[in-house]
Amino acid sequence: MFKQAIENLGNRTIQGVWRMGFAVRFFVAILLHSGTAFRRFGLTIREMYFTGVLSLIIILVSGLFVGMVLGLQGYETLQRYGSESALGTLVALSLVRELGPVLAGLLFASRAGSAITAEIGLMKATEQLSAMEMMAVDPIARVVAPRFWAGVVSMPLLAALFSALGIFGGYLVGVKLIGVDEGSFWSQMQGAVDFEQDILNGVIKSVVFGIAITAIALFEGYDAPPTAEGVSGATTRTVVTSSLAVLALDFVLTAFMFRGLN
Amino acid sequence: MNKTILDLWVGLFVIAGIVALLFLALKVGSMSTVNSSDSYEVVARFENIGGLKVRAPVKSAGVVVGRVADIRFDNEKYEAAVTLRLDKRYSFPKDTSAAIMTSGLLGEQYIGLEPGGDSEKLKDKDRILITQDAVVLENLIGQFLYGKAQEGAPK
Repeated sequence: MFKQAIENLGNRTIQGVWRMGFAVRFFVAILLHSGTAFRRFGLTIREMYFTGVLSLIIILVSGLFVGMVLGLQGYETLQRYGSESALGTLVALSLVRELGPVLAGLLFASRAGSAITAEIGLMKATEQLSAMEMMAVDPIARVVAPRFWAGVVSMPLLAALFSALGIFGGYLVGVKLIGVDEGSFWSQMQGAVDFEQDILNGVIKSVVFGIAITAIALFEGYDAPPTAEGVSGATTRTVVTSSLAVLALDFVLTAFMFRGLN
Repeated sequence: MNKTILDLWVGLFVIAGIVALLFLALKVGSMSTVNSSDSYEVVARFENIGGLKVRAPVKSAGVVVGRVADIRFDNEKYEAAVTLRLDKRYSFPKDTSAAIMTSGLLGEQYIGLEPGGDSEKLKDKDRILITQDAVVLENLIGQFLYGKAQEGAPK
């Protein structure tokens, strides 16, 4: 009984280490085979349509609504201190620094990440990947690498759109609906938001999230057991793991980027 | 799906993303106004800088002419050495004075430059000799109370 518990623990550890090693080898293989993704750029563009363009609706609508809510809530708090003209600063900084990359990342993980995992998992379950290998086509070069680069390119663009739409939503609610002065809304925002410190760091964050989400989604799909339950479990794991990864990475990146400020 | 339609959508997506980035860069943020290439640095020494921070604005006549680049403590003179990075477009006389001021009652602190009358201009690595320290609220209240106590003292 006791011996079996120890054996179980040992087995799990070995499995975990093996999986981690496999994940690293998989990631390196993607990078090594990236040549095809750029040489046959049509493949990457096709994947950008599925990961990027089809995620647009959810990203744009959520960005707009998050910005509008920030406008309402921010005004409610700021007007107690008589500084409602700082609404632009509040909306812009919180979107550009945090909410834009993080929320776009979470939405991207659940919209595009899950689709990638399900697609590749099903390709594996129906032995399409093995068939490619039989035809001497490397599935990592042909299927995985284009999806990876499509995700890495799409994610910063989606995050930028999210932030821009969010600021527009904050402007709609703050200036058009509540009546905060338009001039001070924009000028205070421009005074507080720095291109390098805030916007560039936000873009770096979204690139890192893009790499993490796409790599996790591809790995889970590639590693999924070739059964119906296996694919569904892998899809769930993609959303859970990549969401947690986005939040954890966000904390680490924020600690490095903004600790030195002020 | 038709390949050209697909390309068109992806192209539109990329353009929209870049436009959003440009919007963020130009309309929302301000490019770090002063680059090292078109600016010069002068040093001002203060006995007390209050709550002045790096990147605080340097203003003259209310216009931002530069930013605080660096704040150090001089361990020989026991003073704060504040490096100001000023825009090359603006030049100031050599006897310009620098004062630490507060925008509004509780606002951020900035450095105000008051131009003097010297015909020579401030150059890179020059020192601003006339400075005025930050007003520390506690000292002000202390002086006020002290003055009040003096007034009420029996003669």
